[in-house]
Amino acid sequence: MSTQAHSAGLWTLAWRRLLGDRVALVSMSVVALFIGLMLASSLDIVAADWNDEIAVGYARPSLFSATAVTEQAPEPEAVSAVIPQVGAGDTAIADPAAVLKQLGLDDIKITDPLAKELDQILATTPAPEIKPREETRPFGADKWGHDVLLKVIKGSETSIFVGLAAALVATVIGTLLGAVAGYYGGWLDDLLNWFYSIFTAIPYLLLILAIAAVLDQKGMTTIVLILGLTGWTGIFRLVRAEYMKHRTREYVQAADAIGASNFSRMFRHIFPNVSHVSLVQLSVHTVGFIKSEVILSFLGFGVPVDKVSWGSMLGEAQNELILGYWWQLVAATLAMAVLVTAFSMFTDALRDALDPKIK
Amino acid sequence: MSAFLLRRLWQMVPTLFGVILLVFVLFNFVGGDPAYLLAGKISNPAQIESIRNQLGLNESYAVQLGIFIKQVVTADFGSSWSTNEPVSQIIATRIGPSLVVLIPILVIETVLAILIAVLVAYVRSSLTDRAIMVACTVAMSVSLLVYIIVGQYVLAYQFGWFPVQGWGESLRENLLKYAALPVLLGVAVGIAPNVRLYRTFILDEVNQDYVRTARAKGLDENTVMLKHVLRNALIPIITNLMAYLPALLIGHFLIERFFSIPGIGREVIMAVERSDFPVIKAITIYVAIATMVINLLTDLLYKAVDPRVKLQ
Repeated sequence: MSTQAHSAGLWTLAWRRLLGDRVALVSMSVVALFIGLMLASSLDIVAADWNDEIAVGYARPSLFSATAVTEQAPEPEAVSAVIPQVGAGDTAIADPAAVLKQLGLDDIKITDPLAKELDQILATTPAPEIKPREETRPFGADKWGHDVLLKVIKGSETSIFVGLAAALVATVIGTLLGAVAGYYGGWLDDLLNWFYSIFTAIPYLLLILAIAAVLDQKGMTTIVLILGLTGWTGIFRLVRAEYMKHRTREYVQAADAIGASNFSRMFRHIFPNVSHVSLVQLSVHTVGFIKSEVILSFLGFGVPVDKVSWGSMLGEAQNELILGYWWQLVAATLAMAVLVTAFSMFTDALRDALDPKIK
Repeated sequence: MSAFLLRRLWQMVPTLFGVILLVFVLFNFVGGDPAYLLAGKISNPAQIESIRNQLGLNESYAVQLGIFIKQVVTADFGSSWSTNEPVSQIIATRIGPSLVVLIPILVIETVLAILIAVLVAYVRSSLTDRAIMVACTVAMSVSLLVYIIVGQYVLAYQFGWFPVQGWGESLRENLLKYAALPVLLGVAVGIAPNVRLYRTFILDEVNQDYVRTARAKGLDENTVMLKHVLRNALIPIITNLMAYLPALLIGHFLIERFFSIPGIGREVIMAVERSDFPVIKAITIYVAIATMVINLLTDLLYKAVDPRVKLQ
């Protein structure tokens, strides 16, 4: 390595500034922790068993006295309350008539064509394993007895993934369109500005809801696309201004002189000089989209019902609060507040670190 | 001046056409044939066929677009698919409650935020300043859902200081009784981001040369802050406020939903839930037009606030 040949580049300097800033370090670690949890959760390393009903419904949060309940806890569904007792004890059923009565099937006569089948089903149904349910969990449990901590981790997977992916879509669209508009100018600029004016004429949330109304299939991809396809306007404007500033600079003229194509000038020469704008915007939009996802999922226009997100947790918590079960609300709120605070502080630090004016 | 107005109005035409095109593509192209949606709502096949004819679904896309443009120009979007109420009547009756909640929020929030921002600017870069800024960042990270859920539960349900939800007939009753808690929560949600923003606007001015000049000629801090700094900082503050005005017309989705306020925001959410396309289409187009008009007014207002601005 040549020692003094290169002075440190923008990214090295920015990285050094970030490492020297205590607030940036702490916030960066928190964000990294959340993203690590998200990845671990999506790979089923942690919180894979969040869907297990390990505690009684609405188990209270407590760090101590986690006594296990060995007898059958009351379950919300009537059928499952009966079935476990069917096979409890021996596999042979002692009193078939009583069992049938319990199942509400005692009107089936032995002459019934399906009677044999029913007998078979009753005989072969294995005794469901009754797991002891816990009275308390460190962070409490929800209506079905899911551990709230695991649920929060699983929810972070959805919320952070949607936020990051949507921000990436918006940043890529905004940067590409901004580069084209700012670099070429002329009718392309007019056309893209027309798009911009259309998208900004409709209030953001209204536009999102209108698209959600039209797309009837719900899913992670849908919500990422909705947020990404509507959220590019601010980035477009900033990147366009940067490209307009840079396109007449001498280094771009020099690139032109050595025969660089338009594409190469736009992305190999100019882009490294404006990429910090895109990076900061990526960070800003991630925070914004995490918040938007929570609201959309709460309203029921976000992720599908079988996915947990912080928004759907808040939706459940709204009804639980009236019954006095506050822990799911607190857990989801805290997780989101910590992540968003750290992410906002990290964004501010990133902006400062990348600002060439501070040296 | 009038040349400027004319040109700006003329420039709205392509944008409005674009908005119409976007909404058309969304609802006629992406949304597919509404007959499938309507089949679940309206049992009478003849009625579905009449709605299809009304939208021109048996014609080419060009004709359908023509029909839609005619709807926009004549302000006649037909009736809601769910309640059969004329769409124009829905908008006319829902806008009032939205404004009753949102105008007080906007006024109180702005006055309070400017006040706090000026006070913070006095003690800039002190410990108090930093503490307030950190508090703002934390307050902004809590989802606004949480403010509303907890506020409604604690203040209305537990303490009983406010009605949990509802809406009355008279303006006075609405303003004093039903809108009180929604306004309080709206202000609580909006104050932190505004204080942060207005503080930066004020601090941007504090470092200007004219402030140094004012200090150099011996003005006291109060005169500098209130007569010089604040008046200049008002320009970006007004820009920010004007940019917010179009949001008044769509109401506050969450607050209206939680407190059962019959405003535009709740109407939009219900329309989306019921796939009530005429209502969503109409509200989107109207709000877009209003946004463009408000942007024009903002430019005119600039001229009034800052004589240096030239309208081009």
